[in-house]
Amino acid sequence: MQVSLTVNGRTQTAEIESRTLLVHYLREHLNLTGTHVGCETSYCGACTVLVDGKAIKSCTMLAVQTEGAAITTIEGLANGELHPVQQGFVERHGLQCGFCTPGMIMSAVALLDENDSPSEDEIRHGIEGNLCRCTGYHNIVKSIEYAAATMRGDDPPASDWEDES
Amino acid sequence: MTANVIGKAIRRKEDPALIQGKGLYTDDMKMAGMLHAAFVRSPFGKARILGIDASRATELEGVHAVYTAEDVRQLGPLLAQVAIGALRPLLADGTVNHVGEAVAMVVATDRYVAQDAVDAVDVDYEPLEAVVDLEDAASDRTIANDTNASNVIHVWEVGDADAVAAARATDGAVEVSVKMINQRLIPTAIEPRSALADYNGGYGNMTLYSSSQIPHAVAGALGKTFGLSSNNVRVIAPEVGGGFGAKLNYYSEEALVTFASRELGSPVKWTETRREASVATIHGRGWVGTATIVGTGEGKILAYELDALSDMGAYTQNFTVAIPLLGQYVAPGQYDIPIHWKVQCVATNAPTTDAYRGAGRPEAIFYLERAIDAFAREIGMDPADVRKRNFFEEFPATTAAGMLMDSGDYGANLDKLLELADYQGLRRKQEEARAEGRTIGIGLSTYVEVCGFGPSALAEGGFSWASYGLPAAFNGSGLVRVNPDGTATVMIGTGPSGQGHETTWAQIVSEALGIAVEDIQVRHGDTRDSPMGIGTFGSRSLAVDGSATSQAAEKVREKAARVAAHMMEASPDDIEFADGGAHVTGSPDKTVTWAEIAEVAYQPHRLPDGMEGGMEANAVFSPANATWPFGSHLAVVDVDTTTGDVTLLEYFAMDDCGNVINPMIVDGQVHGGLAQGISQALFEHAIFDEDGNLLTGSLLDYPIPTAGDLPSFTLDRTTTPTDVNPMGVKGIGEAGTIGSAQTVLNAVIDAVAHLGVTHIDMPLRPKRVWQAIHGNGA
Repeated sequence: MQVSLTVNGRTQTAEIESRTLLVHYLREHLNLTGTHVGCETSYCGACTVLVDGKAIKSCTMLAVQTEGAAITTIEGLANGELHPVQQGFVERHGLQCGFCTPGMIMSAVALLDENDSPSEDEIRHGIEGNLCRCTGYHNIVKSIEYAAATMRGDDPPASDWEDES
Repeated sequence: MTANVIGKAIRRKEDPALIQGKGLYTDDMKMAGMLHAAFVRSPFGKARILGIDASRATELEGVHAVYTAEDVRQLGPLLAQVAIGALRPLLADGTVNHVGEAVAMVVATDRYVAQDAVDAVDVDYEPLEAVVDLEDAASDRTIANDTNASNVIHVWEVGDADAVAAARATDGAVEVSVKMINQRLIPTAIEPRSALADYNGGYGNMTLYSSSQIPHAVAGALGKTFGLSSNNVRVIAPEVGGGFGAKLNYYSEEALVTFASRELGSPVKWTETRREASVATIHGRGWVGTATIVGTGEGKILAYELDALSDMGAYTQNFTVAIPLLGQYVAPGQYDIPIHWKVQCVATNAPTTDAYRGAGRPEAIFYLERAIDAFAREIGMDPADVRKRNFFEEFPATTAAGMLMDSGDYGANLDKLLELADYQGLRRKQEEARAEGRTIGIGLSTYVEVCGFGPSALAEGGFSWASYGLPAAFNGSGLVRVNPDGTATVMIGTGPSGQGHETTWAQIVSEALGIAVEDIQVRHGDTRDSPMGIGTFGSRSLAVDGSATSQAAEKVREKAARVAAHMMEASPDDIEFADGGAHVTGSPDKTVTWAEIAEVAYQPHRLPDGMEGGMEANAVFSPANATWPFGSHLAVVDVDTTTGDVTLLEYFAMDDCGNVINPMIVDGQVHGGLAQGISQALFEHAIFDEDGNLLTGSLLDYPIPTAGDLPSFTLDRTTTPTDVNPMGVKGIGEAGTIGSAQTVLNAVIDAVAHLGVTHIDMPLRPKRVWQAIHGNGA
């Protein structure tokens, strides 16, 4: 089947097997390997991408279902400079192995798009669809709080560490 | 005099690639002509294979090969470092002994076709009686794997049974016994395993990309399996998406894609599905046992005894049988008490168990610390006071398990925790809450961890990769090279999977040389480039390989001081390094940059007579002893007695890992460790039915915690450096896990003890807690 869509601002048209999952189309046809597969049951969220601005798990969506859609993957998030959520993950150690990170960042972007001042509880429940096995989420929450503050133009909350001078 | 970067929360060098989706994990690799492998796996816990018909599969377009046991039998079974018990055939040979055992391998043009072909392979099985219950298995009523004469394949025992008997005979002795399950867990790194083999027959070279914590060990094992020399095997562990011990094995799939690549002359990749990961990757824990404390009414512990069974699964892999030994090493915890400690290793029809974060030590500390809590409750003493009453106070200390612990300061650590958490305040709040009808519990645990493996001589006892064909002790190594442009490259043999080695090692070298962290690149995970290293596991990398790197950097610094002294016509003793170069003590304006030093070093005619050109050094470090991190944890829980639901309100951790290089990374390690221990207490359990079917084979029914399931954590540290390595560091990767499961469980029991509950087995799902409170028949 033919599918036409926009990925990270570029129009893509391809002839693919109808059963091709969106995540495999992105990873194997477009070489956008930042989107990961962690469970193939929509549970871990490592495959999260934005489809028309909404956080979607690309491991359980067929590529042909996204005909005409605009997709943003982790590779398309930085626009010349890092997105504030990406910067937040660096500043607050929101990642260790990095495997869940692209999906986690995309979910956080979608969360902050809907709520620019989430409480800790709202952040924790807002990212429940993304599993991380390394961080215990403590610093992911701090990373998203950092990003929310900087996106609002506020000073980010202090870090848990005495920062290097 | 140095860069002053030790102890600083330097942001990670790893992050820029990973946050932009540019980090390359094994499944991201593509090669021209690459084929995809997939596996036919057993649906039975135990069965005889009567026949395999692959004809429908091989006829599918795009299928290149289907391999079964007869194709790979000559390669032998999967190598195990501690080879006690039945070894795993690369593909099931005549029988299958657990659900998920690989029976056949399909190789096809893409992963979809490979999966179609898997579905088209017909295997005729005759189901046999399986055994998965540990006590049932220990009785030998049913033999799990017919290669073993008994399911009990080994027994670990230490201590003095007579001392326990004497304690029991003491006038007024109080004895408390608790039978407890430390349930089987599935490690669940978010990146499933993946392996990509590329055999180039022209060069005779085999390259394997693999999501592994131990690239050098896998290279040794591949060399031994295929009869290739070290020169012809290259293993690359690129980005590794979490390991937790589950990627600390040479796996049959790594051997099989290598075999297929050699047979077919094409690169072959396999990437595990999550459902495969739950049965083909090692599990952890899986103990049942009775822990007993004998003590006085005043809280002095006279003896501790453990009698336990540990689940090995159907086959022995890397360190399977040795995992309880690591528990034995820490069996008496922080306490100067006599022990008798016995763990029997029992084969079952379930996937192999091996090292999962903590590896034997969480189990050992769990039994000890739960039993101490039960004892404190029995004698009506505060559990913190009972612990303090029995701590080792003098160091070095020799424990009842025969181990020498070099350093510790247990009382100060526990006191600092109790102050951090405001323990007395919490106890008052607990009473107030109870008056309001809320059921709050406060739980404590201390722990010691043995890590930093290890001293070279331990190789004689199996702490090496000799059985993998790599006769290298668990030493560490590091190579530091200053490049001609004044930047530095560091090469190490560790296998990190998120621990931030590139940042921490850059800090170590920056501190020694005064080269900026951003000008230092740390490379790891490629056996062609890295010095001999044995991988990342057991909280060992910094203490051992980090120490080696520190020593290598010192060698470079000494040579650079001589070069700089020559350039500035000064004495080497007067040279100091800072701000990207060297200067003469007392003359800060008399400087040379690292680029200027390097420029001279790489042109030997400009060096002093007799000095060798270049600017690099390697060091190999063998520590004098393992390290003994320790700590104490406190949890506060709210138990809803109407529903049995447990909410973790607060968690305090006071860890002591010696000196800290990067506090941000250390905190991150503790957070992740806590989450896994807390999750064992509350959520996770690999459950099998009596036929050996895994009932929790996907993330839908094996619940690892979400962000909404956990609170933020409150951390602090004490710092008691060790002197067994030059940096005084001890290791932090597993501490959070070792300290936490029983802390949460102790808190829940503390909450509901007044309702007559003495113990609840983990995980503390609402139904279990409710039944414990209300009685099974209620």
